[in-house]
Amino acid sequence: MNRITHAFRSKKNLLNTYFTAGYPSLHDTIPLAKALVESGADILEIGMPFSDPLADGPVIQGSSTVALANGMNLPVLFEQLQNLRTAVPDAPVLLMGYLNPVLQFGVEAFLKRAAEVGVDGLILPDLPLDEYEETYHALFQQHGLKAVFLITPQTSEARIRRLDALSDAFLYLVSGPGTTGGTTRPDADAQQQYFERVADLNLKNPRLIGFGIANKAGFDRACQYADGAIIGSALIQALQEVDDAPAAAARFVRGIKS
Amino acid sequence: MTTSFQQPTARGYYGEYGGAFVPEMLYPNVEELRTQYLEILADPAYQAELQLLLRDYVGRPTPLFEARRLSEKYGTRVFLKREDLCHTGAHKINNTVGQILLAKRLGKQRIIAETGAGQHGVATATVCALMGLPCVVYMGATDIERQAPNVARMRLLGAEVRRVTSGSQTLKDATNEAIRDWIANPVDTHYIIGSVVGPHPYPDLVARLQAVISEEMRAQLLEKTGSELPAFVVACVGGGSNAAGAFYHFLDEPAVRLVAVEAAGHGIYSGHSAATSVLGKPGIIHGSRTLLMQDEHGQITEPYSLSAGLDYPGIGPLHAHLGAVGRAEFMSITDDEALAAVSELSRLEGIIPALETAHALAALGQLGAGPDDVVVVNLSGRGDKDLETYLKNMDKLI
Ligand SMILES: Cc1ncc(COP(=O)(O)O)c(C=O)c1O
Repeated sequence: MNRITHAFRSKKNLLNTYFTAGYPSLHDTIPLAKALVESGADILEIGMPFSDPLADGPVIQGSSTVALANGMNLPVLFEQLQNLRTAVPDAPVLLMGYLNPVLQFGVEAFLKRAAEVGVDGLILPDLPLDEYEETYHALFQQHGLKAVFLITPQTSEARIRRLDALSDAFLYLVSGPGTTGGTTRPDADAQQQYFERVADLNLKNPRLIGFGIANKAGFDRACQYADGAIIGSALIQALQEVDDAPAAAARFVRGIKS
Repeated sequence: MTTSFQQPTARGYYGEYGGAFVPEMLYPNVEELRTQYLEILADPAYQAELQLLLRDYVGRPTPLFEARRLSEKYGTRVFLKREDLCHTGAHKINNTVGQILLAKRLGKQRIIAETGAGQHGVATATVCALMGLPCVVYMGATDIERQAPNVARMRLLGAEVRRVTSGSQTLKDATNEAIRDWIANPVDTHYIIGSVVGPHPYPDLVARLQAVISEEMRAQLLEKTGSELPAFVVACVGGGSNAAGAFYHFLDEPAVRLVAVEAAGHGIYSGHSAATSVLGKPGIIHGSRTLLMQDEHGQITEPYSLSAGLDYPGIGPLHAHLGAVGRAEFMSITDDEALAAVSELSRLEGIIPALETAHALAALGQLGAGPDDVVVVNLSGRGDKDLETYLKNMDKLI
C-alpha cells in the first residue's frame, strides 16, 4: 500500500504541515522534515518556492522570497531530498508549487526525480484540470505519483466529483475565500455548511482542510468535518527569527497535537 | 483564409500560447466570465450601450491624423491614430468601458484593477465613478512615485489606490495583488484587467474591446488614402492591448506589416530591459502560457523600463503567437531613444506623447518604409502623466 493511503487508513485526525524548502536557511529542508515528523506531523508538504505565488498570502510569499534568495531551486531541492527517506522513512511527502518552475525543469524529468527521492504526491495549484486529465494523469501514474486537488466553497458538486474521481490521495478543502494564511475571516456558519456539504457527498477520497488554520483550536475544529488539516503559514511564522528552526517546528507541532 | 489570427481556440490558445493556468480558487470566476463574455458582447442591447458611451463619453471615433512634418523627416507617409484624445488620455478606456458594462450584466458590485502607468487605473476609476461602483486599484510602490498625477486622479475619482510593496513593486506585482484580491472576493467582484494578458478569456475579451481602434483605422484610411490597408501598423507593447487593438482588423491581411515595439530600457542585454520577445522563454505568468522573462529555474525576473506601462515581464499570448509564426515583427527601443521621440513629436507635430507611445514613434526610423508607404502609428496615450519624468530628463529631450 502506498504511504498516503496507508496514513489515512491507519490514523485519524491527520496533521499535514506545509513549509517552504530552503527557509529559513537553505539547508533546513531535511532537518525540518525530520523534526516535524518526529514531533507528530502525519504528512509533509514541502513548498517549492516561486517568485510569484498567486494563491499565497504574505507569509508564504515572504518565506518563498527568502528561500529563493538563499539559493533554493529545483536542482538544489532534489539534491537535498536524496536524503529524504533516511530522515523520514514512512510519512507521506508531497511537493507543492507552481507550474512554471516545473515546466522549466522539464515535466518528465521532474516527475522522475520526485519519484526517485521518495516523494508520494504533488500539489500544483495552477495546473488546469483539463491538461491534467489529458496529459499529466498518465505521466503521474507512470511514476507512481499522486495528484492532490483543491476544492473551494465555490466549487460545484459536479466538479468536486470530477476531482474526486481523478485523485487517489486526498482532497484539499480550502477553508474559505482567500489566499494562504487566511486574513479574511470567513463566516463561520457558511463555512460549516460548506464542510458538511462536501462531507455528505460520500467522496472516495479523504479530506484535509487548509488555509487559515493557525492553532490547536482551528485544527480540532477542522477535524470535526474532515480527516485532518493542513497548517502552513502559522508554522512558517513560528520559524521566523528563531535560532533553531527544527526545534521551533517541533514545539509548534506538539502544541497542535497535544 | 481558413484560420484567423483573431480567434483563440475554445480553451484560449493562440498556437501554443494562452490557456487558463489558474488555481482552483479562481476557476469559478474565470469560468463564469468565459461562459458568458461572447454572448454578452454579442447582445444588441449591450452593443448599443457600449457604442453610445464610446461616442459620447470616450469621444470616438478618434481622429486619424496625417503627420506631415514627421512624414517629411522619415520620407514616408505617417498617420497617427489619436488614442491620446480619448477621455482620460489613452486607449485604456476602450477596454474599461466595455468591461464595466460586462460586469454590470454579470451582477458584480465591486471592481478591482491593476495599473502600471496609472492609465488603466484612471480609466477604471473613471468608469466606476460613471456607474457608481466601488473601485480598488493595485499599484506598485515604484509606479506610485513615478506616476503621481495619475494616483491623484484615481483618488479624485473616488477609487482606493492600494500600494503594492512585493517584488519589483511594479506592474507584475500589482497584477499579483489584484488576482489575490479576486481570490478573496470571488462572488461580488469583477477584475478589470488592463491588457491582453491573464487567463483566457481575458486576452480575447480585451482584444475585442480594443479592436475598435483598427476598425476605425480601416474606414479612415480608405477615406484619406483610397485604401483600407496601410503598409505598416506600429504600436508599443507592454502587455499588448493597444497593439492588439491596432492590429486586430489587419491580422488576417498579410500585406500589412505589423510592428510591435517593446521597451529595451538601458539596452536589450543590459540587464535592465523589458524586451520580452528577445529575452523571454515560454512560461506561465498570471494564468497564461506566453513568452516570459525568467531565470533558468523558472523564476520570473524583474523587468525594467523608464516607462511604467511597458515594464512587464511577459506579453499577451496573441503577441507571443504572432511573433512565433512571423506575423508580427518585434523591435525594441531604449529609454533614451524613446525620450528623443517624445521631443521629436512635440516639436514637429505639437503633440506630447506618453512615454510608452514614444517607443512606437522611435521605431519610425527603423522600419525601412518607402516614400509611398502608409505607416500608421498608434498614438496610445498623451504625455501629461509623464511630465515629471520628462522634466527630470530635460537633457535628453532637447
Ligand atoms: C499610453 C499607454 N500606452 C501603452 C501602454 C501599454 O499597455 P498595452 O501594451 O496593453 O497597450 C500603456 C500602459 O499603461 C499606456 O498607458
